[in-house]
Amino acid sequence: MTTGPVIELRAATKRFRGATGGVHTAVRELTLSVQPGEFVAVVGPTGCGKSTTLSLVSGLEPPSSGIALVRGEPVLGIPDGIGYMFQNDAVQPWRSVLDNVAAGPRYRGLSKAKAREKARVWVDKVGLGKFAAYYPHQLSGGMRKRVALAATLVNEPEILLMDEPFSALDVQTRALMQDELLRLWSGTNAAVVFVTHDLDEAIALADKVIVMTASPATVKASFEVHLPRPRLVEEIRMTPEFQSVYREIWESLREEVDKTRERSVVAS
Amino acid sequence: MSAVSLPAEAIPARELTSAARAQRNRKLKIWSIRAALVVVWLGSWELAATYWIDPFFYSKPSQVWDKLVDWFTVGTSQGSIWTNIAATMEEAVAGFLLGALAGIVLGVLLGRSPLLSDICAPFIKAVNAVPRIVLASLFVIWFGLGMQSKIATAFILVFFAVFFNAFQGAREVDRNLINNARVLGASRLQVLTTIVLPSATSWILASLHSAFGFALIGAVVGEVVGAETGLGLLIARSQGNFDTPGIYAGMIVITVLALLAEAILTALEKRLLKWRPTAAHEQGAQI
Repeated sequence: MTTGPVIELRAATKRFRGATGGVHTAVRELTLSVQPGEFVAVVGPTGCGKSTTLSLVSGLEPPSSGIALVRGEPVLGIPDGIGYMFQNDAVQPWRSVLDNVAAGPRYRGLSKAKAREKARVWVDKVGLGKFAAYYPHQLSGGMRKRVALAATLVNEPEILLMDEPFSALDVQTRALMQDELLRLWSGTNAAVVFVTHDLDEAIALADKVIVMTASPATVKASFEVHLPRPRLVEEIRMTPEFQSVYREIWESLREEVDKTRERSVVAS
Repeated sequence: MSAVSLPAEAIPARELTSAARAQRNRKLKIWSIRAALVVVWLGSWELAATYWIDPFFYSKPSQVWDKLVDWFTVGTSQGSIWTNIAATMEEAVAGFLLGALAGIVLGVLLGRSPLLSDICAPFIKAVNAVPRIVLASLFVIWFGLGMQSKIATAFILVFFAVFFNAFQGAREVDRNLINNARVLGASRLQVLTTIVLPSATSWILASLHSAFGFALIGAVVGEVVGAETGLGLLIARSQGNFDTPGIYAGMIVITVLALLAEAILTALEKRLLKWRPTAAHEQGAQI
């Protein structure tokens, strides 16, 4: 076991070529590290480049400068043991729930029967046992999220990257999914990077909340969240500890949100 | 989500039967009006050709019917009608299969490779602009009067119909799905077979419907241009003999074949796309 951080970004910068020929800097001089088993939430104003951070770690996009390390190795291609939950549910509409979850093990060379066996366990774990033979269009948004969650977790990732996975859900379903995520995550010792623009969600879930600046994103501040686990998100929200952490972080986040807001007013 | 179907018990039986009756009545109405339209059309044609216009040029339904009966009982000037049908179908099916296969393979390949598609774009546009049906004459010179020239004509028509759809389908694959599969551990080949092909399938299947029509057109036109057997030859001979009913009869036989093929393709499509939500127009009429 390595004792160092499992994810490390050192002065990582990512620039994209814009549609009009200009260069857009999504992430600038970003430095952060995540320990094994740590749950880190990244919050920032909408559109500041939080998602780009995840694609640097996942190897889907190489950094323009700086370096991204996973388990101490530079990221070239997609590292092993990574799970990635996208903002839009990336379920394959032509596969049943069970086969969607079995896709990961199948890609990794398991036989169809073995993969389905493994998938069956996870379909049950996310509470979709009765719906294993359904196709995604027959499910609700929350259920599709569960499919995506099971499809990601079935590979038993050491690193779980989550890009506003629950932002499209209604409030009640979201709270349910957050609890579900905490329940499934506890005891896996997976490191989680959870990107969100919802500070409530970030504090309720994470050990550490990183506040990003307005675009181009870089780390503004980092806050430890010492709330006891196991947590129930709906209840923990009511505690005074939660409220005080919230106030502290919101002070920092608000400036960035305001900045983004002003810009959009100027632009429009 | 569109309409959620309730369990049948939850709906009063009376409402169900009245809904079923309404649907039956609607179907009956549609079919009777269709039948009436055909009767009016054929009847007015028959009357006009009997009392007014010259049946030598325009023929009339009864003559066409006699011709069809003659073909199927006695045989045609070119031998049994069934051998002619078999020949045309063989050409159409062969051209269809080869053209569809080539169209899918090249379409997906170019759809997934921006470099290749950029290189090939002007050539494909140019070839697509050629009136391809003219190639039938060329193919007769290249491949002779036998089956090959017809298969080639059907092939070229089918290929382009399928190619453009496969190309578009392969290009419009959701990036999210591809990224997701890659993170889940899919190789490039696996991404192609498990993500790109299935999501292009609906595009490709849509093109196959019209493509079989094109295959038949290709085969028949090839036969009209020059052949030893086939429905196109029958039509060409009928034309040479000023046998108008023969031309109509040939048309009808070809139409029936095309409809049969269409039914088979629809069944195939239903099977392959069973994962897709039923489109609004396929759902039952509203209660």
